[in-house]
Amino acid sequence: MNGQLLLQLVINGVIIGVLYGVVAMSFVLIYKSTQVVNFAQGEFLLIGAWVCWALLVKFGLPFWLGFLITLAFMFVFGVLLQVVVLRPMIGEPIISVIMLTIGLSIFFQAGLSWIFGEYVQPFPRVFDIEMVTIAGLNVQTAYLMSFVISLLIMVGFFAFFKYSRMGLAMRATAFDQQVAASLGISVHRVFALAWAISAVVSAVAGVTIGMINGVSSALSFIGIKVFPAAILGGLDSIIGAIIGGLIIGVLENVAQFVDGEWLHWGNLYNIAPFYVLVIILMIRPYGLFGTKDIERI
Amino acid sequence: MALSADSMRCGEFRTTYKADTTIFPTPMSRNFAIAGLIILLIVPQVFDAYFTNLLIQIGYYGIAALGLNILVGFTGQISLGHAAFFGFGAFASAWISNNFGIPVILAIPLAGLMTTAVGMVVGIPAARIKGLYLAIATLAAQFILEDFFNRADWFSGGSAGSLAPPLTLFGFSFDTDKSYFYIVLAFVLVMYLAGTNMLRSRDGRAFVAVRDHYLSAEIMGINLTKYRILAFGVSSFYAGVGGALFGHYLGFVSAEGITILLSIQFLAMIIIGGLGSVMGTLMGTAFMVLLPEVMDGTMKVVGGYLPGLERGVSYLKEMAIGLAIVLFLIFEPDGLAHRWKQIKAYWKLYPFSY
Repeated sequence: MNGQLLLQLVINGVIIGVLYGVVAMSFVLIYKSTQVVNFAQGEFLLIGAWVCWALLVKFGLPFWLGFLITLAFMFVFGVLLQVVVLRPMIGEPIISVIMLTIGLSIFFQAGLSWIFGEYVQPFPRVFDIEMVTIAGLNVQTAYLMSFVISLLIMVGFFAFFKYSRMGLAMRATAFDQQVAASLGISVHRVFALAWAISAVVSAVAGVTIGMINGVSSALSFIGIKVFPAAILGGLDSIIGAIIGGLIIGVLENVAQFVDGEWLHWGNLYNIAPFYVLVIILMIRPYGLFGTKDIERI
Repeated sequence: MALSADSMRCGEFRTTYKADTTIFPTPMSRNFAIAGLIILLIVPQVFDAYFTNLLIQIGYYGIAALGLNILVGFTGQISLGHAAFFGFGAFASAWISNNFGIPVILAIPLAGLMTTAVGMVVGIPAARIKGLYLAIATLAAQFILEDFFNRADWFSGGSAGSLAPPLTLFGFSFDTDKSYFYIVLAFVLVMYLAGTNMLRSRDGRAFVAVRDHYLSAEIMGINLTKYRILAFGVSSFYAGVGGALFGHYLGFVSAEGITILLSIQFLAMIIIGGLGSVMGTLMGTAFMVLLPEVMDGTMKVVGGYLPGLERGVSYLKEMAIGLAIVLFLIFEPDGLAHRWKQIKAYWKLYPFSY
């Protein structure tokens, strides 16, 4: 038993967990406001990271400019995707919508691998990476930075939905589309905006992870990890998504510890979240904070 | 050409339920099916191994896809883990025939039964959850089973894979494309006829009732839990048999090809073919098997002018799969089977279609 290692892994888990939380949050945002399960969430991260990488490396733009252009690009991309591809699907059965986003995910994944290649590409050094010691534990500044960025996104999310007019409109639409529409809210615009915000937030997460680990198609696996996180927290709860992400992040690292110390299975790290997912679905399908489905006949 | 009055009816004249559920509505359609079968019997003798190989692929994928269509199209449940069952069938059949000395021809249905057991275990959550949650549960099952294939050395040979012996019957070894084609054809016939007949029975109607409105179905006395798990069982049986045929055809099974992408391809087959259509399943499978081949052919013609395209052909194939799913869902959500029906309906009243 190695207490120091365990503690270190838990800290890593919290840091990566917060990032999962951010992605899960943008996944839940789409589900809550448009009732679409986005299987292409991981590709949003990937697209954001690759676009930013291309702007920085191929075009040699300074980081702040490249980053802003990436965000603007993702905003337009999110709106276009909703308007062109997802709007015709309103009212279609759930399997069609799921398959549509899966189709999109394959399409983008293959397209990006074709354009940018299969290999990991490092990001240009934007911030200095060094080790700092906090309470006897070593933490990379890059991780610390990603932690701060994640928290900033969460605060921004909260403020947007709490105080802005558009945020209020989105909450109203999520609550009841017909009532919202009758009060003069453009539901179409809210849908498009939800996809745009989700794409932008995912892109920020993608760039952050890309700066730490380099960009490669492996990034999109985060989009799969989002499911355990979002289901654990409850599919329609933003707070739940953040907490679910944290739990999954810590769980992964603890699973790695258990695996390394006792089990020696090899990749419990990747599989453990899915075991948890199955257990949650059996016991409490609506998650920790989600609303229970009540069906009326 | 003298068409009999029965060749194609210009309206609905059926007066009994029996006539409504018959497999061949007219003698003409039955004759066409028999003629098609005879042509298929001749094909491997006339065409080359490449063409036969494509037909064999359509055969074993088609069997597995029919299983998925029974689950998704007829019972209305979503599965993102079909490839895992397909793979399980392949490994199980190789395992049985390698370790227990059971002839391959028996190992294939046995592997199907083993897969059924696994599928029913995976289907247990389906008794409680549906729709999106079920999709995610089966996604988890896909990853867990994939991990199992990579680790269970005793069963699947681990990451190295396992060898599947060729099918031998009365001393004759079906190890060429030409001979194996007949085995696959026989399995396809039996499985498709069995599937069609099951869907006409009480159980099949119960599946459709569960899909259309599960609460009404329950009120009418259909045991929801039983039929949801049964649908998973039947679907896994088809996947297992398809997988076993795949394994013995290639002679070697490894976990590498059994990924989530294959699961998605199975879903693409039934969506493109038509959810809830038996013959559509076969059309969709043919579409998905032939799509990469057609793209390869096009690349050979176009590739000379655009060398960049030729290098990216493997990515282009994947993109085409994604694009086909998206375009079909937006423009033809009922699939090729529906299109085929429209074509038939057009000719029914030709030249007075309106």
